[in-house]
Amino acid sequence: MRLAADLLILLGAIFCFLGALGLVRMPDTYNRIQAGTKAATLGSIAILLGVALLYPAWWSKLLCIGGFLLFTSPVSSSVLARAVYLSGKQPWRIPASEKAEVETSLSQTGETP
Amino acid sequence: MFNNLHHHLFLFGTMLLLWLLLSASVSPEELVTGLVSAALVSMLSAPYIDIFNGLRYTPMALISMIGYLGYFFYALIIANFDMARRVLSPSLPISPELVEVETSLTSKLGQMLLANSITLTPGTLSVELRHNKILVHWIAAPDDVDLASATRDIAAGFEKHISGFLK
Repeated sequence: MRLAADLLILLGAIFCFLGALGLVRMPDTYNRIQAGTKAATLGSIAILLGVALLYPAWWSKLLCIGGFLLFTSPVSSSVLARAVYLSGKQPWRIPASEKAEVETSLSQTGETP
Repeated sequence: MFNNLHHHLFLFGTMLLLWLLLSASVSPEELVTGLVSAALVSMLSAPYIDIFNGLRYTPMALISMIGYLGYFFYALIIANFDMARRVLSPSLPISPELVEVETSLTSKLGQMLLANSITLTPGTLSVELRHNKILVHWIAAPDDVDLASATRDIAAGFEKHISGFLK
């Protein structure tokens, strides 16, 4: 039980780290919001699950926190994205010179466009 | 307020459930406080109760809500691994584009739930909602994307589940 809880918390921490890494690596605001929202949501939920295994008596409160996160985090991301869109910012697009290269790597990773 | 009694009852039930989860006890004092607070909240929110107008109160709605939750968590987990793969790939395999998707959901709550779901699923982020169209930032949009194909790829799966319990 202890091991499963630790693994879940570690997994959550890794996803949160990937979210942060995404913030650094992505080329524009929209993509950064995407990376941040998704990784942070599953990361937090994995951490909450881990805590629920460590302290089973807290399950109901943790469930509330999880539900609250699932409802509010996409709303805040969408509102941020909307503000960026209304300020007239267009999304970053692949420069024509790199386009062929990226498409090759997309098809290699099994992407289905 | 009594023409919307079913909405008030729904809100009352939800608030009571939230209270029970937070207090994590069923001792009489706690229970009475919870009942009174839930009743108070559901009465005070009468001016805003229209938000629940799209809800369907049928047994089938409950089943499709459970189906939606399952589909949603599946999509959420896929989305995270997808994002992790993109962030970790040295070549950063993305080809972002703003696309529009169309929805047949008419209630505010339904459209909000759909937009929320889109935000938490692989490579898509809801940007703007106008009438029945949602503007979506898609991190790996195909070259020849149009309204119909984007709707099919992004929104159709969720819409099928959501339309079971929301208009």
